[in-house]
Amino acid sequence: MIKAILIFNNHGKPRLSKFYEHYSEDTEQQIIRETFHLVSKRDENVCNFLEGGMLIGGSDYKLIYRHYATLYFVFCVDSSESELGILDLIQVFVETLDKCFENVCELDLIFHVDKVHNILAEMVMGGMVLETNMNEIITQVDAQNKMEKSEVNLTLPVLFMFECMT
Amino acid sequence: MALKIVKGSIDRMFDKNLQDLVRGIRNHKEDEAKYISTCIDEIKQELKQDNIAVKANAVCKLTYLQMLGYDVSWAAFNIVEVMSSSKFTYKRIGYLAASQCFHESTDVIMLTTNQIRKDLSSPNQYDTGVALTGLSCFVTPDLARDLANDIMTLMSHTKPYIRKKAVLIMYKVFLKYPESLRPAFPRLKEKLEDPDPGVQSAAVNVICELARRNPKNYLSLAPLFFKLMTSSTNNWVLIKIIKLFGALTPLEPRLGKKLIEPLTNLIHSTSAMSLLYECVNTVIAVLISLSSGMPNHSASIQLCVQKLRILIEDSDQNLKYLGLLAMSKILKTHPKSVQSHKDLILQCLDDKDESIRLRALDLLYGMVSKKNLMEIVKKLMLHVDKAEGTTYRDELLTKIIDICSQSNYQYITNFEWYISILVELTRLEGTRHGHLIASQMLDVAIRVKAIRVFAVAQMATLLDNAHLLTGNMQRKGICEVLYAAAWICGEFSEHLENPMQTLEAMLRPKVATLPGHIQAVYVQNAAKLFATVLKSQEGNTESTAAQETSQLMIDRLPLFVQSANLEVQERASCILQLVKYIQKLQQKDVEVSEEVSALFAGELNPVAPKAQKKVPVPEGLDLDAWINEPPSESESEDEQPKAIFAKEEPKHSRPRHTEVDEKELARRREARKQEQANNPFYIKASPSSQKVYQEGPGVEHIPVVQIDLSVPLKVPGLPMSDQYVKLEEERRQKERAEKKKKEKKKRKEKRSGRGKKHDSGPESEEDITPAHMVDIVTEEMPENALPSDDDEKDPNDPHKALDIDLDNLVETAKRRPLADSEKLPVRSHRAAEAPKSPTEDGDAESAALQEPKKKSSKEKREKKKDKERDRKKSKEEKKKKKHKHEEKEEDLLGGQADEPAVQSEETSEVAAPPTSTSAEVSDLDFWLSNAPVPSNTQEAATVAAEEAAPVPEAASGTAPDSEPDEPKDTEMEESKSSKHKKKKQKKEKEEKEKKKKKKHHHHHHHSDGGGGEESVQNGTVEDEEPLPPMSNYCLLAENSYIKMVNDIQGNLQDGSQVVVSVIFENKCESFLKSMEFNVLDSLNSKLQRPEGSGPHDGLTVPFQLPPGVSNEARFVFTVQSIVMPQKLKGTLTFIVKNEDSSTHEKLDFKLHFTCTSYLITTPCYSDAFAKLLESGDLKGSSVRLEGVNMPFHHLLARICFHHHFSVVERIDSCASMYSRSIQGHHVCLLVKTSGQTVSIDAKCDEPTLLGNVLDEIKQTFSQC
Repeated sequence: MIKAILIFNNHGKPRLSKFYEHYSEDTEQQIIRETFHLVSKRDENVCNFLEGGMLIGGSDYKLIYRHYATLYFVFCVDSSESELGILDLIQVFVETLDKCFENVCELDLIFHVDKVHNILAEMVMGGMVLETNMNEIITQVDAQNKMEKSEVNLTLPVLFMFECMT
Repeated sequence: MALKIVKGSIDRMFDKNLQDLVRGIRNHKEDEAKYISTCIDEIKQELKQDNIAVKANAVCKLTYLQMLGYDVSWAAFNIVEVMSSSKFTYKRIGYLAASQCFHESTDVIMLTTNQIRKDLSSPNQYDTGVALTGLSCFVTPDLARDLANDIMTLMSHTKPYIRKKAVLIMYKVFLKYPESLRPAFPRLKEKLEDPDPGVQSAAVNVICELARRNPKNYLSLAPLFFKLMTSSTNNWVLIKIIKLFGALTPLEPRLGKKLIEPLTNLIHSTSAMSLLYECVNTVIAVLISLSSGMPNHSASIQLCVQKLRILIEDSDQNLKYLGLLAMSKILKTHPKSVQSHKDLILQCLDDKDESIRLRALDLLYGMVSKKNLMEIVKKLMLHVDKAEGTTYRDELLTKIIDICSQSNYQYITNFEWYISILVELTRLEGTRHGHLIASQMLDVAIRVKAIRVFAVAQMATLLDNAHLLTGNMQRKGICEVLYAAAWICGEFSEHLENPMQTLEAMLRPKVATLPGHIQAVYVQNAAKLFATVLKSQEGNTESTAAQETSQLMIDRLPLFVQSANLEVQERASCILQLVKYIQKLQQKDVEVSEEVSALFAGELNPVAPKAQKKVPVPEGLDLDAWINEPPSESESEDEQPKAIFAKEEPKHSRPRHTEVDEKELARRREARKQEQANNPFYIKASPSSQKVYQEGPGVEHIPVVQIDLSVPLKVPGLPMSDQYVKLEEERRQKERAEKKKKEKKKRKEKRSGRGKKHDSGPESEEDITPAHMVDIVTEEMPENALPSDDDEKDPNDPHKALDIDLDNLVETAKRRPLADSEKLPVRSHRAAEAPKSPTEDGDAESAALQEPKKKSSKEKREKKKDKERDRKKSKEEKKKKKHKHEEKEEDLLGGQADEPAVQSEETSEVAAPPTSTSAEVSDLDFWLSNAPVPSNTQEAATVAAEEAAPVPEAASGTAPDSEPDEPKDTEMEESKSSKHKKKKQKKEKEEKEKKKKKKHHHHHHHSDGGGGEESVQNGTVEDEEPLPPMSNYCLLAENSYIKMVNDIQGNLQDGSQVVVSVIFENKCESFLKSMEFNVLDSLNSKLQRPEGSGPHDGLTVPFQLPPGVSNEARFVFTVQSIVMPQKLKGTLTFIVKNEDSSTHEKLDFKLHFTCTSYLITTPCYSDAFAKLLESGDLKGSSVRLEGVNMPFHHLLARICFHHHFSVVERIDSCASMYSRSIQGHHVCLLVKTSGQTVSIDAKCDEPTLLGNVLDEIKQTFSQC
């Protein structure tokens, strides 16, 4: 099970937080802060696993993270997940973001956190991995976006009407 | 109206959207909080508007603010509003917000039930998908209960996108509503074989997650997973399955044996590191589970270790880390294979990555041996010096202590070395682990008697230098060591070189700066020392010296009497008065030393930490009962002061045992002296050459200036542990040399130069003898201590509720039928009305609602496929009955819903041996037993299984799958006819028959054992009359000497094999021997003969028959076509031996292979049965039996028993039955009775077989 997925930048500013277990907002912020502290002080060329300790859930849990340019992607998982598998999953996640946003950068995540959530929802559901195939994920995300667009088009006539009136 | 919409749109155009909000926050870095609060006000305004678009936009912004840590629960209702929008765009926003901030105590969640249900059944798959995703985050027990059935339906949705989400969310539903697990499980299991890989992966995911918590319930799925493992190419799925197997193997070692090979293949073939790693991990788990009794897997271990080495040597730190992690698992069972990589692991200790260093440390723990302990600890001590951060240094410290003290100091050969290590560790500044070192010192000094002299000397030095310790490191940690030092010096003061000096050291004023509990120990042990000193001084006839000592005590103790610490105060004043009294006596020249030391006489023994817990409660003592009735509440205040004292409880105090009698003490002392005298390496105390601080009395009055040194000072006068390493090396060499000498001598004496043994090879563990004859005192436990397992499961674990036995459910659907209470609540008119339990009448309603729904969907499909009319008819008929049946059940079960389940469980417990009760388990057994196993263990397993399994086999004669090893077994039996075997068989047989009788006796009320009765049982109402005894054995041939009866059973695992069991009964007064069984093979059927024998050779029956005895032998036949019955001619030849003569006799017989004998009782779930009938592949046929005069349930039982069917469903005088041939033909029957007429409609994919089976059934009933 995945307990939480966090994305924050090099300064610890959260860019996405997804907790698959309920915590109060304060606790969530504290977890993000502490995770940032743990992760940020690690060198670039050390291993990507951290025993989470008391942070979330105790000794059964691990932090598995990857650092891309200005962003940290951190997954907090328990022992039923394969460490290397999760690393691959993070890679898939980032590649998917890259495809969906066309050369993703931090700004995309800053302004479109809802879209990131929607992409993530096609990969991980309720803490369990739903899909690992990038093409499948993108297909589903695109299909939903298309639907959204068609709905926006439905509201267009109203705007059009408005323009006509003025 | 239009204007209003337009107005809304205008408003909307001026609203901030999410991007604007983010931009705004970024532009207000200085007053972010203020800016956000104005934004929240705006949002509140927006939420008040009617326009759903505006609301959705507001909710979207709230979701962002939630991430920043703002509580947005106040908008929960608006979120629900947005969720229920008909537009996907808004719905998605709503569900996202809900998934981010709803939780179990959000009360508006109640309102969402119907909305979610609507979305789940939406024609748009993405509406459903979004609802499922959201629900997975905020599902509550209520939601889970109300929606479980809807989600169940979605598991069979046509779109794989929905299926996989529905499957995955079931795990969350199970967690919140455990009752749903049993009813949903069969479908979940089906999804393991879903055509879509995503769905399959989801199902694997869920089952793995379930199985991780309660692995034993999922053992029966092992064959299925095995199949997936060998067929799947999806690495993600493979990893999950392999991980699952890792959890299952500890429960079933045979599984491990089966796994090794495919896993090894994967290890060799895969290029994915993640998969490789998990394979290695599971192989390790397998090896651990096999560690006993499977010596032949060294190749696998080598493979693993070798692969792990590659990982560890990799430049990728991740692989290195994981390699070490996995290595530590191997270490537990195969330390030798890991120890050869010590170099690599020590290297990792220098890694810059702390995670890796910690892993390497863990590994070291298991790698030490007597041989390398000192070397490893030396290396660690170097790291301690180098370690920069305190956390890592503390970690090192605890590891050193762990390594040395593990398994009762098993690896320590020289305790002087260990004490020195401990003393060296006291140099550590600011460590938190002072108490750890202290308790080690205490433990060693108490339990290793030989070391006490040395320990006392060291501790005395420590005490002497106490100002060094306390001066620099007042911070709590390390001064704890003084606690141990003081206690050891006091308790074992007889070993002190210079007790007077130590006594003074302990009474220095500086001591008063120590923490209270340490002072208390100082005071107490000063008294002990005082006693020792007195003793020595009185002996010297120098009474003044003794009086001076008393005076010293009287001078110094008042300092402690004034202590703020109660414990110190109390002890000090007590002892002060005592000393004053002693002084008085001394002045009168009375000898007191004897009496004073009697105060502290006696040996202290360590007490096991759990000793108190394990004292059994004496019979008749009720700890919860009041001794006196509780007083009225007014007195409750009295309890408060107690707490103050309770806190002060000293940690290390050990109860005294004074019972040891004087003799024993003397004996022990003598033995100790002996030990020490005989030990050449025992360092005899040299007169104070090491002591630097030779303080005379009064020196402590000179003010000592504190020098604050940043470099930790070496404690002067303390031997460095390093020197022991050298010493030890020398000692060992010497020993080796001596040994060699001895051996040479021996060899010379014997003059048999048989090859050198210990010449130059590396010394093995056993060669190293400890320097001290260590007499490690074991910890004391109370008499008749209760063995207790401490690792109880956490009662709060949500997974505990999911510990549900699923086996019975899956395969033999009827063994533990789903009780009414276990059925999933289905939508009724007012779902939210019954919050806690699905109400009784709700069930009736639900059944009624469920039926038409199912039917309509099925009918639709029917139209599409354009089916024949008669099938439809029969199905509808069936459905009607089913419906009726359900109604009836409800009537019957009204209040006692789960009684049938309870009952069947009970009976199975009574009537069956613990293993292989269910066909399920034996299926698994069979699957597992096919593993290539060394014959030895297999045989044992077989015997065990045979002994355990006779019930189902004998009782029904129809459970071939319960005796998986039979074919092999027979061959084995046939080849050797040992007497032992014969006896065993006989016994077994008797047992079987006994059981058989018993079985028949209990027939009407138990449901275990063979599939036959068990299935009938489900259909029967309890008070139906008992079944008459039945047997499938029919007469084969008979003459005046012998009688043969036989039974034929199919072999489920091999579609071309049947097993013929023949019981030979000796009817004459003579001994029958050399029996040979031979059959004339036909083209279609052949007797399996051992390799090397000709096609016409007979088989020797592996036993002889004394008069009046019967025994059973089994013969395996191979058949090709099974659609026709056939007969084989055969002959039994044997020798009749009388006292005086012996004659050759023979008996011809005809072996009749009926089509029935190719059928195997296979339980069938009614769903699957319906599907089967629907599939349209089956050809029908029917038969009518007239004049059958027996109760319906007898009739069914007979069909079940004699023809290997199982009842799928029974309603009144109508029942559906199912069986399968060994070659996989399905045979379905619908049996109806009216009066004395029984009509059987049958369907089978092989009409010839069906015709023959029906004929045989007809014949069965014409006979009775």
